[in-house]
Amino acid sequence: MSLKKYLGPLSSDNPILVQTLGVCSALAVTAQLKPALVMALSVTVVCAFSNLIISLIRNTIPPRIRIIVQLLIVSFWVILVDQVLQAYVYEISKLLSVFVGLIITNCIIMGRLEAFALSHKPWPSFMDGLMNGLGYGLVLIVVAFFRELLGSGTLWNIPVVPHAWYEAGYLNNGLMILPPMALILVGTIIWIKNSKTRRAK
Amino acid sequence: MSFLQRFSEKAGKAFEKGKPLHFLSSLYDAIDTFTLTPADTTRSGSHIRDAVDMKRIMITVMIALCPALFFGMWNVGHFHYIANGIDAGFWQSFGYGFLRWLPLVVVTYVSGLAVEVTFAQIRGEQVAEGFFVTGFIIPMIMPPDVPLWIVAVATVFSVLFAKEVFGGTGYNFLNPALVARAFVFFAYPSVISGDSVWISHAPDAVSGATPLAILVNGSAQQMPSAMDMFVGTIPGCIGETSKIAILIGAAILLLTQVADWRIMLTVMAGGYVTAALFHITGTCPVPGYEQLLMGGFLFGAVFMATDPVTAAHTSTGKYIYGALIGILSIVIRMLNKGYPEGMMLAILLMNIFAPLIDYCVVQRNIHKRQNRTKSIHNSR
Repeated sequence: MSLKKYLGPLSSDNPILVQTLGVCSALAVTAQLKPALVMALSVTVVCAFSNLIISLIRNTIPPRIRIIVQLLIVSFWVILVDQVLQAYVYEISKLLSVFVGLIITNCIIMGRLEAFALSHKPWPSFMDGLMNGLGYGLVLIVVAFFRELLGSGTLWNIPVVPHAWYEAGYLNNGLMILPPMALILVGTIIWIKNSKTRRAK
Repeated sequence: MSFLQRFSEKAGKAFEKGKPLHFLSSLYDAIDTFTLTPADTTRSGSHIRDAVDMKRIMITVMIALCPALFFGMWNVGHFHYIANGIDAGFWQSFGYGFLRWLPLVVVTYVSGLAVEVTFAQIRGEQVAEGFFVTGFIIPMIMPPDVPLWIVAVATVFSVLFAKEVFGGTGYNFLNPALVARAFVFFAYPSVISGDSVWISHAPDAVSGATPLAILVNGSAQQMPSAMDMFVGTIPGCIGETSKIAILIGAAILLLTQVADWRIMLTVMAGGYVTAALFHITGTCPVPGYEQLLMGGFLFGAVFMATDPVTAAHTSTGKYIYGALIGILSIVIRMLNKGYPEGMMLAILLMNIFAPLIDYCVVQRNIHKRQNRTKSIHNSR
């Protein structure tokens, strides 16, 4: 089985850029790179393993209660991820606060469970969840890179804008810290992507 | 003139399709139409109601802005010399203000037109006249000492994200000049709020608090008299201080019927009633009419709220739109101490709601007419 057929979510079928799912958390956690990366990894883990488990038990779930079963399994993984974050990266866990818990309601995860895991074998389901999580994470990292660089003048909490610039009158862009600018950045990425794919056609 | 025209025609050949300079054809077109008579004038457009074309409307608005601009130049110099303890004459003050304003307006036009020309070229359209007024207004609603690179960034941002992504002039639902100001306000608050930015190059000890800031934190003794606020000898953005000059501009706009009286009237009425209510209930120490003289209220009411592209289009809608701008701006001023200038936010908010207001007005009209035909049918 080739890896290539799973790469769609990273580019042409990206969950944020094409399906516009999971935008809310993309706006909330991308003010800095560190929380954005942790969030991206958390969503990837939850998405991949929820897909795997649902796919394993897909023939035993009664169709009428499948949403409840899906929610149960997703929340199991979210709690697990939350506990790990609190144990090992407590500071970032506090920064992400409610948004880790809100992964349960992330449309990407529910969407992949419904659209893919319920009708596919475990290994393809796992890969599908993994790639969708990574596609989500990719956009998060790009948005967080620009927001942290232009909004705080740092990257990964390390100052990168030279001190001399500030003395010459350079100022950090306060709007970058606020969620509206994240929306505009996501829109700009969609814009660039659309104009490129249209040209390719 | 005729030799210039011949030269332009000759030069224009180099910009035709297939010629080496074609990639600059929109720039050539813009200069040609702005300076010389265009070969073809606008016949239909976003807000054309009679024989007057878009270019005439834009130039009328720019003429109407001039009194406020000239007073603003003098005022910038006036406060600069007072703060530094220098006794300066009229022309010295005026010259100082002119030299503060000139780089601002050059930077605004260059950065904004660069974006406009790029997009016109990509789309294969001509550069629309809309930016000439936007670029004229942006320096007037900035503090005199705002860094030039911030003006450039804000102008590019507003032209790109408030106008071009929605399809260019006539398709923007937000006023681009106000978006530029809002961008500076939220992105670089230190250059456009506080007490020290309103007087050009003032020594640290001199406070240049605007009347609105005094209303929020200061004492009543510091408050300038209503006459000062009306004439305009108060610190503030370059174009907003003189209410007399703005009223002259308003008269020009109303006489030429470029701006709609309904919006101007209802903005003032809504603002006055709300301010008077705040005064009666004791929340606001100054009488209602003084609120209208403070900050950018009048400038916004005359030049911003009446922007034909972003305002409501139906007559009933204009009353609602204007009244809500007046009410909201005073409410934001009085109830949110973080935003002493509520006019900008009120107009932007109502820009967003203008299409909804129009939709409701039109729907109500349709229902009324339907009911009327029904009742006629029933009575037969």
